Amino acid sequence: MTRARTFGLAVWDFIVGDDWRTAIGVALALALTALIAAAGVSAWWVMPLAVLGLLALSIRRAARSASR
Amino acid sequence: MSGADIGLALAVFLACTVEAVEALTIVLAVGTTRSWSSALSGVGAATLALAVIVAALGPAIASLPIDLLRVLIGGLLLIFGLQWLRKAILRAAGLKAKHDEAQIYEDETEAARAAGQRQGGFDGYSFAISFKGVLLEGLEVAFIVLTFGANQHRVGLASAAAGLAILLVVLGGVAARAPLARVPENTMKFAVGVMLSSFGMFWGAEGAGANWPGGDAALLAIIPGVLIVAVAMARTLSRAGHPVSPEQLQTTPTEPTDQATVSA
Repeated sequence: MTRARTFGLAVWDFIVGDDWRTAIGVALALALTALIAAAGVSAWWVMPLAVLGLLALSIRRAARSASR
Repeated sequence: MSGADIGLALAVFLACTVEAVEALTIVLAVGTTRSWSSALSGVGAATLALAVIVAALGPAIASLPIDLLRVLIGGLLLIFGLQWLRKAILRAAGLKAKHDEAQIYEDETEAARAAGQRQGGFDGYSFAISFKGVLLEGLEVAFIVLTFGANQHRVGLASAAAGLAILLVVLGGVAARAPLARVPENTMKFAVGVMLSSFGMFWGAEGAGANWPGGDAALLAIIPGVLIVAVAMARTLSRAGHPVSPEQLQTTPTEPTDQATVSA
């Protein structure tokens, strides 16, 4: 494994951790916020809804794997 | 000092206290068991490495345009915060082992004894374990200080809050000469998860072009809102009574030194 790859994996692990789906979800929610705001429509509500959904899904996945 | 500044200082202080307590446990374990001079050399080297990282990244982060900075840092902070919050909720619901400094100290001490006799004056094991522990826990502190400080243009305030937390933990450790097991780490981790997620959501949305109703005052609704949701999730999970084996709830002995994200 090259040093660059090792470094990249360490950074990924540090920031994203073991739930990449939540990271993708946050990126998509921010992109949606930007799109709606750019269209001149109020967009502040996107992130709270996204966080609620992402947290619930992440907890559900973790709870299922913990009880297995 | 504004409400956002107080929130920033509180979040950084709590996060840094938790990380400092974890690093202290590791250093105490190898220092008392093997070699104080080598363990403290590891602490010094890790502090130097952290200073270089902060010195290199700080100006680069601060030079980014404010909207890009907020969306980038807000997003990262939210991803980071949701990890802390998820683990805190699972701990509160009894689905994940609670962090137990006394147990971790015992396990680290046992591992240090089992690592064999040291050769000569310098103990490589003590140095490496201290270095790794302080660097990994310190990286989280540096990340939080840089992101919070740069976004609010209050790096000084964030650094002061972090410094105060580290100083208090070190003084507590010197006074107790034992791991600070009575610090309510699990509750603090829950609070940090709430704060990181709230600030991440707030800054991320602002950076993406959204305007929060009430501006900065929106944080006064966001933080309690996230807290209420997180507590409700923990209670719901707890009531659902997911069956977990006792083995799964045992404290993982190498948790602090395994990887940075595990400690959240």
